[in-house]
Amino acid sequence: MSDQEIEYAALLKRRHRISTCFEWVCRIATISALLFLAVLLAGVTWQAWGWLDTQFLTGFDSRRPAKAGLLAGLWGTSWLIFFTATFTVPIGVGAALYLEEYATDNRLTRLIKLNLSNLAGVPSIVYGMLGVTAFVRMFGMISAADGWTMAISLGFGTLEIPLPLGRCLLAGSFTLSLLILPVVIIASQEALRAVPPSIRHASYALGATEWQTIRHQVLPAAVPGIATGIILALSRAMGETAPLIVVGAMSYVAFAPGNLDTPIGAVQDPQRVLDAPFDVFTSITIQITNWIEQPKEEFQNLAAAGSLVLLTLLIVFNATAIVIRNRAQKKITW
Amino acid sequence: MSTASASDMPLSEATTSLRRSASFTRLKESGIRSLLFLCAAVSILTTLGIVAILFSNAIYDVSPRQVGPDTLVRPNEAFFQQVSVTEFVTETRWTPGYTEKHFGIMPLVCGTLMIAGIAALIGLPIGLCSAIYLSEYAAPRTRAIIKPVLEILAGIPTVVYGYFALVFVTPYVLKPIFQDLLGIEVGVFNAASAGIVVGIMIIPMISSLSEDVLRSVPRSLREAAYALGSTRVDVSTRIVVPAALSGIIASFLLAISRAIGETMAVTIAAGQTAIVTADPLGSVATMTSYIVNVSKGDAVIGSIEEKSIYAVGLTLFLMTLVMNIISQFVLRRFREVYN
Repeated sequence: MSDQEIEYAALLKRRHRISTCFEWVCRIATISALLFLAVLLAGVTWQAWGWLDTQFLTGFDSRRPAKAGLLAGLWGTSWLIFFTATFTVPIGVGAALYLEEYATDNRLTRLIKLNLSNLAGVPSIVYGMLGVTAFVRMFGMISAADGWTMAISLGFGTLEIPLPLGRCLLAGSFTLSLLILPVVIIASQEALRAVPPSIRHASYALGATEWQTIRHQVLPAAVPGIATGIILALSRAMGETAPLIVVGAMSYVAFAPGNLDTPIGAVQDPQRVLDAPFDVFTSITIQITNWIEQPKEEFQNLAAAGSLVLLTLLIVFNATAIVIRNRAQKKITW
Repeated sequence: MSTASASDMPLSEATTSLRRSASFTRLKESGIRSLLFLCAAVSILTTLGIVAILFSNAIYDVSPRQVGPDTLVRPNEAFFQQVSVTEFVTETRWTPGYTEKHFGIMPLVCGTLMIAGIAALIGLPIGLCSAIYLSEYAAPRTRAIIKPVLEILAGIPTVVYGYFALVFVTPYVLKPIFQDLLGIEVGVFNAASAGIVVGIMIIPMISSLSEDVLRSVPRSLREAAYALGSTRVDVSTRIVVPAALSGIIASFLLAISRAIGETMAVTIAAGQTAIVTADPLGSVATMTSYIVNVSKGDAVIGSIEEKSIYAVGLTLFLMTLVMNIISQFVLRRFREVYN
């Protein structure tokens, strides 16, 4: 072998060594990210061990760690998510339908689309500031001092709407709705875009109107994608803390919204259901935050137990989304 | 003859009723269209709402409101009507809650940037390397498993990250290394623990987005490089990463913008000491944690302390907005298009 060949062989070996090293660096980076996840989950589980019992899930918060429970937060979060879904689903899907099916490519449409992607990047706490000003205080149009209550009598009870809304559950839901709306709209848009144009053309060819085409062809085909997006967005709303703190969620509440702490209560006394949206509230995340801030050591365990409950709920949500997506992928063949 | 009679024929009843129902349908169609447009307009209203509340509370209050009996409170004046912009930008003390009030945003921006910096130090290299691994090295099956598992990291609520930083990172990672080994004191609340967990939080953002752009680099480019005798590291770092650079930079910017806006982990783990400092092991306050702490406290509505969160919120909003806009610009402007 000539000197050149020897040099080349050595160089080649070195280059391959560098290549292998680089591969390992990348592999270790990935593994370390997975390891972070494992340590986080294991750590939280370890801290929560022994604290996650029926007492914890069925009791209200208490100053004594052994007696404290998550029930107020569980009810609060359920109500919040229920109302958030009620507001976001029609508005989010509607907006996506407009943008994908109706809007012509003019300046207004481009503005809305640009605006959407920017809204998705606004920190959640800014939405909290919007919520407290727009919903809780209603822009100061009605000062809290001369606030009044609008009473609407429904057969089984009276709907009492305080004006301004104040630090109530509904204000929290409105805020979360605005927060996840861009996410829902963008996900729904993608789902609608995945429906091939041929389906629409076939429908129009049969004489269907725009809305009939959307209602009977496009929407049913896009439902799995939309549902996945909505569920993921709702799970994000479920994990939010900061906007709720700014809107004024209570860190210590020892009752469920509207005093409704069992599902049967809704039937026994429907008035409680009507009171719930306008009641003060807490959420799972707020309770966790409150426990973390307590000086007593045991409250840290409660915070871990609360986190574990929250993570479990999120996993259930995400698993549902994945199942829906997989089913839809199998079913649809264009 | 026959064609003439057909055109002369008066409109039959069937045709007129069809026409009538068609106009009703048309009305319904345009009604639905308007309704859907209103839904889309909600997003514009949200932006206008955010801008309006930040503007009216921070810059100039236009709404006529009763002036309270307490003249010190001056409830209808916005933050910058009471505090000069120069003080806000140049002053190095932030003490709105004290009797001697100073309004310099610098300590909060400094705390925010320190945490975002630590997060970037952790999140960017790990995120990018994971993306390269997933896109260039991992087998399709491995990728199909690892990618969604990594995305779990993004789905974990930030309050849990805060808890993790306070209860695990500080006592079990930072204290043994810095306090026991190097003798540097580590505070219970410190910027480092918050920065580390925020860094972990943004890993999946970077790895997912970057992996998507890395994979969209056409195979032919890689094959051409291999044909010229490149090793895998050459292909990855000199062909694929440069080709996907715009997407990678966009993902970095988005991740940093997320780190700047991150609230709960920082509030819980970093404390609330608003000082200009370069010590990552001490407590700092960020813009977000300041807003949370004022909201939790009992600041009088209309007081300068309450108004100050809008000024901080405006700064935060502008910072993240600029980063998001730059990232979109980079993505659009410098995208390599392959056919």
